[in-house]
Amino acid sequence: MSEIGLTHMLFISTALFFIGVYGFLTRKNMITMLMAIELILNSVNINFVAFNKYLYADKLDGLFFTIFIITIAAAEAAVAIAIIIHLYRSLKSIDVDDADLMKF
Amino acid sequence: MSASQIIFYIIAAVIIGGGILAVTSRKIFRAAIYLLFSLLGIASLYFYLNYEFIAAVQIVVYVGGIVVLIIFSVFLTHASGDEMQKPVLWRALFSGLAAVFATALTLLYITEHTFIPTANAAVAPSVKNIGLQMLSTTQYGYILPFEVVSMLLLAALVGCIVIAIKIKTKE
Repeated sequence: MSEIGLTHMLFISTALFFIGVYGFLTRKNMITMLMAIELILNSVNINFVAFNKYLYADKLDGLFFTIFIITIAAAEAAVAIAIIIHLYRSLKSIDVDDADLMKF
Repeated sequence: MSASQIIFYIIAAVIIGGGILAVTSRKIFRAAIYLLFSLLGIASLYFYLNYEFIAAVQIVVYVGGIVVLIIFSVFLTHASGDEMQKPVLWRALFSGLAAVFATALTLLYITEHTFIPTANAAVAPSVKNIGLQMLSTTQYGYILPFEVVSMLLLAALVGCIVIAIKIKTKE
């Protein structure tokens, strides 16, 4: 139970990253896979902020990377959900196994 | 154990617990709510690190935007009380083992490594400093990525409308 430092933050982000990887590998539903990707992106954000705070407090670059990742994640989620809704209309399912229209 | 440490461990428990429940819960609406708690925990972690602006952005964009978007898409595509089918056993087993061992390996390297903090004076992560550097055109300014990301957002906006629009076919 030492003082809270960089290692503690990296513990959280590592655990969250691999929780996201586990979710991405086991889920078959597209929306839940999207949620797993959000978890992975958030763990990357924690890393950037923690390194900025504990190692490079004289700079702000970690914060900028975090802001840009959040923006791109929002754009990515919006496009992904538009695709999922369109796919649901044509296939009546959002299971990844059913989406094989582009196979071969 | 000081109060600061206790708060940190509570935040960590909320983040990790919310994350685990979000990827294992079989009701999709509950999974979205657990994801919400995990993201709120991450926002409170940013508050804990005294990065108030990032925490505010996290709450506004993730909790106010993405999770609401996910919940609405759940409403549009599911009967939200339905349980999803269980993952195939061997897939869940091997994914779990891969995640656990990769976590262990990464944590091993993190604990072995010594991090050397900078000796320079700290810059306050205030909104003023962030805004000045983000819109600066000099060296280490972030005006170009800022503009590129605005174009990306515009493209995503148009793309969403084009993809999700319902084309009425005439008889």
